[in-house]
Amino acid sequence: MASVEFKNVTKSFGEFKAVADVSFDIGDGEFVCLLGPSGCGKTTSLRMLAGLETPTSGKILIGGEEVTHLHPKDRNIAMVFQDYALYPHMNLADNIAYPLKVRGEPVAQRHGRAKEVADVLKIGHLMDRLPSQISGGQQQRTSLARALVYPAKVYLFDEPLSNLDAKLRLEARGFLNHLQRDMGMTAVYVTHDQAEAMALATRIAVMDQGHIVQFASPIEIYRRPATTFVANFVGNPPMNLVEVEGAQVDGKLVLKAEGLTIAGLAMTDAIGKALTASGKLTLGVRPEHLGIAAAGAVNTITAPLFANENMGPESLVTVDRGDSARVTARIFTDDHLDLSKVVTLGFSAEHVHLFDSAGKRIPALGE
Amino acid sequence: MKLTIPAFVGRIAFSALAALIGAIFALPLLWFLFAPFNARAELGLALPDPWTLNNFVTVFGNSYAVQALWNSFIQAVGGVILVGAAATLAAYALSRSSIPGKGAVTYILLLFSSVVSGSAAMVPIFLIVSAAGLMDTHLAVILTFAGGLLPTAMFILRDFIDSIPKSYEESAMVAGASPVQAFFDVALPVIRPGIVVVVVWGFVNIWGSFLIPFILLRSDSNMPASVAIYSFYSEAGTPIVTLLAAYSLIYSLPVIVLYLFVSWKFGFRFFGGIKA
Repeated sequence: MASVEFKNVTKSFGEFKAVADVSFDIGDGEFVCLLGPSGCGKTTSLRMLAGLETPTSGKILIGGEEVTHLHPKDRNIAMVFQDYALYPHMNLADNIAYPLKVRGEPVAQRHGRAKEVADVLKIGHLMDRLPSQISGGQQQRTSLARALVYPAKVYLFDEPLSNLDAKLRLEARGFLNHLQRDMGMTAVYVTHDQAEAMALATRIAVMDQGHIVQFASPIEIYRRPATTFVANFVGNPPMNLVEVEGAQVDGKLVLKAEGLTIAGLAMTDAIGKALTASGKLTLGVRPEHLGIAAAGAVNTITAPLFANENMGPESLVTVDRGDSARVTARIFTDDHLDLSKVVTLGFSAEHVHLFDSAGKRIPALGE
Repeated sequence: MKLTIPAFVGRIAFSALAALIGAIFALPLLWFLFAPFNARAELGLALPDPWTLNNFVTVFGNSYAVQALWNSFIQAVGGVILVGAAATLAAYALSRSSIPGKGAVTYILLLFSSVVSGSAAMVPIFLIVSAAGLMDTHLAVILTFAGGLLPTAMFILRDFIDSIPKSYEESAMVAGASPVQAFFDVALPVIRPGIVVVVVWGFVNIWGSFLIPFILLRSDSNMPASVAIYSFYSEAGTPIVTLLAAYSLIYSLPVIVLYLFVSWKFGFRFFGGIKA
């Protein structure tokens, strides 16, 4: 196991900067998720760490040693590919043992080791099958076994669960979490699924357009998203963002928007600074912090009902504020919600997030 | 499904027409199967009466014709080994490496492929082979065919390799393999069906060619079967049908056997050179 360091790494493809001046540290034994929409540079970052792409500029270190221009085989890393990349002409035993074969281990030993790992992953009984003769979930575990069969400094995952169906994905996610607890491996895990990142990571790097927008623990990212982009990307459903007009009245921050009733918020220096730049702020409230409230109450949003989806343990209630500006509430009840045509959703002041006109978070009092 | 009567009649008419067209195409093949076993074969289609192997005995008695089959074999196998090996390596490089302008290279190659072994280039090829002192050798024929077939072979294979995910080799290299190891352990076995297609195609091309060996070879002992067929013509230029038919059947067998073998062993997956 080893630490990983990116120092001002940039990767350009012609004019396009896939990764722009990215720097971060990953500690020994950390499980870091690179999270972001497609094209944000997360896979390119991972491939540079693997040595499959060369940075245009900057340095990459593994365990304190510079590896920027080292061939992948000399980095002592393991990687699970999105398409699994199982060799179609080799049976599972040979597939899993391949890394040991190139390390010069004799057949009996490497097949023994492969069987051990395969048994842990519950594919030990399939060792003489070809990859085309096993199911998708088994293929996924085979590719995982091939990565785990030798001790690597860093384990890389490139969206390893995205080809699985929903149920298998949950199962595999739980297993990876267990594995991480068991082995304490240093891992970099690329995904566009925020739930996967939240569940697995010790820290998440949220990426957008080649930059890291926020690099923090899952809890921190959930509680204090650094920008509206992060707020809108993490959470299921994501945070509700309402564009509001802010002004200082009698030492309090007063927010105005169609259908919004909110008590004046305590002013801070940060809010003052944001207001001098622009009065256009964004108010954020997570769906799980919204509830059904009485019409006319303070700290509420009132709008016509758009959808009322019962999911079993919870209901998703969506209201439409016009121009597709919708607000969704997650209401934890297994009862059917009987709602009128116009719904009032309430929240408490402590769950309010504020973002300035550039979309950056305005720290709340005491942050 | 229940057919209406007009549709039913239409079906029958269509099938009859198709059968007729099929029969027209099948007749020469039937002749080709019957004539070698007929001691009095003529150009008309006739069932052998009696069936005989005498034609084959006579053909195998002609040492020049037998030697020619062996020559064809040497030239085809030699050419195919050269084309297969070179095209695989070249196509792999063209597909995987980031050489600037490699797309242009590929299409220029394709353009030239029809030129090199074509009749337009006969005079320069003759002069080059002559200057290299390779006149009347198997090597001359092998090299000329390798040059002629290589561009198309590379084009077919490059397309095939392009369709194989890079992650195979990438995963091998991340697992600790050198690029050479990754190529031989992982890429080559995956590309093999494509190589087989190119090899079969190259073999058929060389085996069946007439012009190039006819021009580059002098002595009877080096001539391939395609040229040796002419020894079954009388001096007046009329074919000795019985022997010609027997020899033609023998001449066509290796190609048929090769096809059956490949289709049994690998399954025939023909890959076109042009992507959608």
